[in-house]
Amino acid sequence: MFKLGIYTLAGALTLGLIVLSGGAAALTPASIAVPAPAGPKVNIDNFTFTPATLTVGVGTTVTWTNRDDIPHTVMATDRSFKSKVMDTDGVFAFTFTKPGTYGYFCSLHPHMVGTVVVKGA
Amino acid sequence: MGDQDDDGHHRRDFLKCVAWAGTGALWTVSGGVASSIGLDQALAAPRPAKGFTFLQISDSHIGFAKPANPDARATYRQAVAKVIAMPVKPDFIIHTGDISQLSRDQEFDDADQIIGETGLTVFHIPGEHDMLDDENGKAYLARYGKGSQGAGWHSFDHKGVHFVGLINVANLKAGGMGNLGADQIDWLGKDLTGLSASTPIVVFAHIPLWTVYADWGWGTEDAGQALSLLKRFGSVTVLNGHIHQITQKVEGNIRFHTARSTAFPQPVGGTAPSPGPLEVPTDQLPSMLGLTTATIIRGREPLALIDATLAA
Repeated sequence: MFKLGIYTLAGALTLGLIVLSGGAAALTPASIAVPAPAGPKVNIDNFTFTPATLTVGVGTTVTWTNRDDIPHTVMATDRSFKSKVMDTDGVFAFTFTKPGTYGYFCSLHPHMVGTVVVKGA
Repeated sequence: MGDQDDDGHHRRDFLKCVAWAGTGALWTVSGGVASSIGLDQALAAPRPAKGFTFLQISDSHIGFAKPANPDARATYRQAVAKVIAMPVKPDFIIHTGDISQLSRDQEFDDADQIIGETGLTVFHIPGEHDMLDDENGKAYLARYGKGSQGAGWHSFDHKGVHFVGLINVANLKAGGMGNLGADQIDWLGKDLTGLSASTPIVVFAHIPLWTVYADWGWGTEDAGQALSLLKRFGSVTVLNGHIHQITQKVEGNIRFHTARSTAFPQPVGGTAPSPGPLEVPTDQLPSMLGLTTATIIRGREPLALIDATLAA
């Protein structure tokens, strides 16, 4: 469900489909087939985040994909964001809305670390 | 026993047979030096009434269904069948974690049902795969944590031996390895207070409590603090899982041992691009899965550990 929600949100943002209804933003229904979000990707292969350091602009959605036979997670070092467990081919997306340097790791295998650098607009 | 598919496998098959014939490695430690004697020899020795046996089963990963083992439930059942067939019934089983693959209720249910067929009491500690519910291990605690502290640590006594189950898979730190944490180490200190130095101690935890291979996180950051609390005891045995292969080390009076998985093997540290599941030919898989029998042959001496594979 979580992944679906992310896809929907990202898809809605990408397609500009946020609809105002009764003054509140409503998202497109989940039944619409939405492709994986475009934008920068981090792959997990062989217990390694690649690229280890990714630099993006504010507002960018980064997508992680687990391509190992073992589950992994993506957790901010300061716990400010955290994926659910991603089994093989599992995906996690997070939109960075503030500039800064975000360290993250896999909470199952904490020797796996990565960084997202978010630059101001 | 021992299918011989081609000449290249004769020796491997011979070794498999030896393991189940019971003449495989049996480790004893005397004066801090590990030595190996034949199991037949050990079993022939008279066993006083106070001696007992327990089992270590590890890394069942129920729910794992990848090329390295398409059905981890089936191999778990094979391990349990070995237990049921044992001529001397063990007193209990210690499961050293990664019961499940993804902490799902169905996985825990199936694991409990399968091991329950032994009719033996099972003591648990979690592996990192058992902490994957939305609340970081609450599902594990609800099921297995009765009477435990913190993330599930606990101790008990059995026939003069003190057993301590430690958790080193909770609240892991970026860039680190396994971690016990100050609260647990404080608890351990209190737990050991009052025990005489001659009390045999068995510590079990998922990730090795010594550094097997740091680059793959195969160790525990603050294990040294726990081990320093154990130094005064004459006989300490540390049983771990996590790395899906047998490794052993002796340091003073502390003997470390890791068990095989019942689900899939992993490569020796540093011999592969990652610690991911090691794929082996189907006919070789049973020889790389297994369980460990621990026997107290005489009351005051170190445990004898016998590793057996699922190959028959």
